[in-house]
Parts: sequence; structure tokens; C-alpha cells
Amino acid sequence: MKDMDRRDFLRLAGLGGVVFASTLAGCATRGPGMGANATEDFHFVQLSDSHWGFEGPPNPDAKGTLPKAVAAVNALREQPDFIVFTGDLTHTTDDARERRARLAAFRDVVAGLKVRNIRFMPGEHDASLDNGEAFREFFGPTRYTFDHKGVHFIALDNVSDPAARIGDEQLAWLAADLATQAPDAPIVVMTHRPLFDLVPKWDWTTRDGAKAIELLMPHRNVTVFYGHIHQEHHHMTGHIAHHAAKGLMFPLPAPGSQPNRTPLPWDPSQPYRGLGFREVDAERRGAEFALTEFPVKGA
Amino acid sequence: MVRFDRRRWLFAVPALACGALLGVRAVAQSPRVVQVRVRRFVFTPQVIQLKKGEPVVFELSTDDVFMGFSVPDLDIRSDIVPGKVSRLELPPPKAGTYEFLCDIFCGSGHESMQGKIVVT
Repeated sequence: MKDMDRRDFLRLAGLGGVVFASTLAGCATRGPGMGANATEDFHFVQLSDSHWGFEGPPNPDAKGTLPKAVAAVNALREQPDFIVFTGDLTHTTDDARERRARLAAFRDVVAGLKVRNIRFMPGEHDASLDNGEAFREFFGPTRYTFDHKGVHFIALDNVSDPAARIGDEQLAWLAADLATQAPDAPIVVMTHRPLFDLVPKWDWTTRDGAKAIELLMPHRNVTVFYGHIHQEHHHMTGHIAHHAAKGLMFPLPAPGSQPNRTPLPWDPSQPYRGLGFREVDAERRGAEFALTEFPVKGA
Repeated sequence: MVRFDRRRWLFAVPALACGALLGVRAVAQSPRVVQVRVRRFVFTPQVIQLKKGEPVVFELSTDDVFMGFSVPDLDIRSDIVPGKVSRLELPPPKAGTYEFLCDIFCGSGHESMQGKIVVT
């Protein structure tokens, strides 16, 4: 056990499958852009697309799934440094009062998480019908940056504009932020929609996402975590890895695999199939991110 | 005078021929207008039949909310503004099936808002 790293332990314990190792050179050593913070091992958890307020056959346990995910995160042997929610916390509604009721209910459920350092991001279901107004009332800005143990995190908002644009003003903000980072600084971008054209005919894209990628390209150690597509997915644009997370309400079909992006039906023989969350390990020794996927299980 | 007339004819005949040809081409290239009515969360029609090489102009209208009409595989799109008619030109298409969607989030049901253009 002495020589076993945390990922090996997780693998042997059967707590999840390590499915992807994203190189993050720069995490291992202090680079010129890393300031005074030495990089340390840490891990965080990504949850996404809980769609609180959705009701329908794709999930007969719509009100029970998020609490089960909260319990599963609380049951992790090692609690994460922080947790990120990459959007679609709630299912959309035209009723502004109901939107706030759903955001409040979601907030109350996740208040049960042991870890209190939680970063929230909106999805189009939370923010596109009121340009993020209700979301900001509950969870603050829809875009922000923070640094954690030598890694620079950037939350990008590609949903408050219902046309799925980041927008020139936010792109200028991104450019100014990136200018403070060295080319080899480890950078994690969190967003809701894919920044690249995954399946444009399913609206699985960001209209001006290519501009954000262009700004990120000069930086050698960039990893993107996103949601929106309700399934695990991995893609490279040049040297930049993009990782989509599973959702917590219903899974969606594989990208472009059928005419419509309708939710996959609930399977009573395998309840909660396709739902889950992710743990992300930033390791000094391995200089990489290791992703571990966890399922949601019944009580 | 005879020479003058012949010269005029030499210029006039090709010019008339070109004019006639241009006229024919202009008629042939007049785009077909396809009206698409939009409301949440349906395009009407949902299946648009076109002929190969036929230039088309879509006239998009809605009395509902702000929406979008996008055909990613043909690289065309337009906003659909309530109370207005938006015209969107489609260059002569090749045979095939091209899916379209609303690319401006418009509410619960947005994800099902799509259709297809069938070019034969």
C-alpha cells in the first residue's frame, strides 16, 4: 500500500474505472506562470446536469437521484478539495418564480454535501431564458476564475446568451486572464456546452467556441471539463483535452447516433444506468489528470 | 450605309443573343420561396422537399418568441424575430438530407425542435 498511489487504490477498490489520463505536464513542476503556489496533489469532483424540476418517464426517481449522488460523494473515502457543478442544475421553466423555486430546492439538496467549497456554473436550462439573472441571485457570477494548488481554473459562460455564444466581451475577458498565465501554466476550463463542434445539428456546440479555443491554443497545458451531453465523452482539439461528464437525470444518446437527441429510456433492470459523477485527480508525480467515473446507485 | 448596317448587325446579333440567354438564365435562377412558420417547439413544415440545384429562399416567421433556424451541414442560419419575416438564401443544394434545428434556446421542448430538408 505504501507504493500504491491513490488512483491505484481506487482501481483496486472497485470504486470506479479510470478511463482517461489527460496529460497535464506543468502540474508536476512549478512553471513561470504558477506564481508562489507550489503544485500539490489534489482532487475535485465534477457533477453535472441534475435538471432539478424535470419530471417524466426517463427518470421515475427524479427527486431522488440528486440526493443519491450527494450521498455517494459524501461516501467517498477521501473527500475532494472542492466540487464543481457544470450546469443545468435545474430544468428550464418559463415561470420566473418556479425557476427560482427550483434553484432554491437544488441549493437545499446540495447543502447536504460535506464539502462546502462548491463552484456552480449555469447551463442553458438555468440561464438562457433570463440571461442568467436568477442563477446569479443564488450562485453569483456566471464566469470567474480561481487558483487551486498551482492550477488556474476558468469558468466560461456559454449559456446566458440563448444563442450559445460566449460573446466578444467575455472573450476579451478570457484573453486578458490568459495573458496573466505563462504558456506552460496548468489551466482547467470549465463550461457547460462543448466549446468545439461536437454535433451542431443537435445544438451540441458553442457558436463562437472556436474563438475561445484559439485563445487557449498557445497554452500548452489546458484541459476542459463540460456537461450538456449527459454522458462521458473525450475529445482532443490539438493538444487540448475536452471531457464531458455524465448527467444526473437522464442519459442522452451517443453523439449523432440517431436523428433526435431524445433521452434514453429508463431501464428498470438497470436503474440509474448512464448517470453518475466524476472525480478528477491532479497528481504531482504523474503530471496528469486521472478521471474516475462513479455511478449513481439505488438506495 | 450598307456597311454601317452590316456592322450594326454584327454587334447587335450577339448582343441580342446574350441578352436572351441572360434573360433565360435569370428566369431559371429565380429562387423558389419556401415559407417556414415557427412556433415553440415546431417548424412547419418539418420536412422540406427540394430539387437538386434549385436555388431557394426561406421566409421564416413567428408570432412566438425569438428563435433560430440553422442548417449546420449547409452552413446557413438565421434569427427568427417575432412579427418579422426573415429571408434566408440557400445556394443551389446537392442531393441529400440536411437536418435543421432551432439554435436559440427557447424553453422546455427546444431540444425536440428540428426538421429536415430532403434534396432529390
